[in-house]
Amino acid sequence: MGELFAEILRWFTTGEHWSGPDGVPAQVGTHLVYSVVATVIAALIALPIGLLIGHTGRGAFLAINLSGFGRALPSFGVVILAFQLSGLSLVPIYLALVLLAVPVMVTNTYAGMAAVDHDVRDAARGVGLTGWQVLWQVEVPLAFPLILAGVRIATIQVVATATIAAYLGFGGLGRYVFDGLAQRDLAQALAGAVLLAVVAIALDQALRALQKPLTPRGLRRSNR
Amino acid sequence: MKWSWIPDHAGDLVTITLLHLRMTGTAVFFGLLVALPLGLLAYRVPRLKSVVLGVSSLLFTIPSVALFTLLLPLTGLTPTTVVVGLTVYTLVVLVRNTVEGLESVPPKVAEAARAMGYDRVRTLVTVELPLALPVIMAGLRIATVMTISLVSVGLVIGQGALGQLFVDGFQRDFGVPIIAGIVITLLLALVADALLVGVQRVLTPWHRTGR
Repeated sequence: MGELFAEILRWFTTGEHWSGPDGVPAQVGTHLVYSVVATVIAALIALPIGLLIGHTGRGAFLAINLSGFGRALPSFGVVILAFQLSGLSLVPIYLALVLLAVPVMVTNTYAGMAAVDHDVRDAARGVGLTGWQVLWQVEVPLAFPLILAGVRIATIQVVATATIAAYLGFGGLGRYVFDGLAQRDLAQALAGAVLLAVVAIALDQALRALQKPLTPRGLRRSNR
Repeated sequence: MKWSWIPDHAGDLVTITLLHLRMTGTAVFFGLLVALPLGLLAYRVPRLKSVVLGVSSLLFTIPSVALFTLLLPLTGLTPTTVVVGLTVYTLVVLVRNTVEGLESVPPKVAEAARAMGYDRVRTLVTVELPLALPVIMAGLRIATVMTISLVSVGLVIGQGALGQLFVDGFQRDFGVPIIAGIVITLLLALVADALLVGVQRVLTPWHRTGR
């Protein structure tokens, strides 16, 4: 065990692992690009849907059950299938990542909106706010913590699933894991796993750090 | 597409599906075994609550590929590696829901039980846990469905059960096994979820009437 640990350390301290197109910075960058692009596109699709369902109350059944369906989908299977059926390029990989990230964001956004007190909503209408104003000035701020929680879960999921890109011949942090396993180079695979874990945790913590400054002041104390 | 691949391999599909179920069942079982005492501890000792929940959600953040790989030095390229990893993932939901379930029990109910002479253990087992059951079961459903879909990530170390169909289909450039793998996974999730709803109805008969 100590031997292995030393080997991993050696891997991390080897200069050539840190430079060039296969180096750690490049692969971290690639992985982040896959993850962030997919998550942002998914958010642009999911958040408006969740807000619409939450605001109108129509489609609630769909919103509630969508995340269960998303959870049940075997993500690697979906990505591999999309890749194989449509063109062996990065585009289907992105499509699959987006597809996998949408459900949980829709459900959480809806849940946040649904949790807004009816009296608060009525009061807002009562003082003369339009539907649009109620949405942006009352509902969205109140729903925000749950919306962001959905974005965080989706991000973790996308970062984890993006490793499959390397399996399909593209880059990202899965590269080290898959190459290491294929070449029976356990140290490399473990180094890749460590990097993957660090990137995922760092990204999640960054999003968590956003939660406080972005939450309306009046809500902060009552929140975790 | 040669759909006849599916009936031609029905026997293999059944075997691999049973393996998938066995891995899921083992992971969820051990998850519960660990999560119930941990949740109880977090509920009883408020200071431990944030630690327990924090650690389990941190572990949950580690991508499954990474976690399985990190477990390799301990358990090697075996199904055990996948099962242990999945057990870890179930904890975040199971512990949180156990704590939330216990917290959802009105304090007055437990006090009434104590006043009637129940000791703490009996209060816990016969009053608090049953009342916490719906929330715990909700967590169990989420953990089970999640585990069913995550087993296939084990393909990374050659132990993906139904996930091996994805590898097979990819390597032979043949979509049918991949589709079969996805559909069977979804069906398993659906059936397991429905079964757990049934179990919950049996275990909480007082919920069937009323509300």
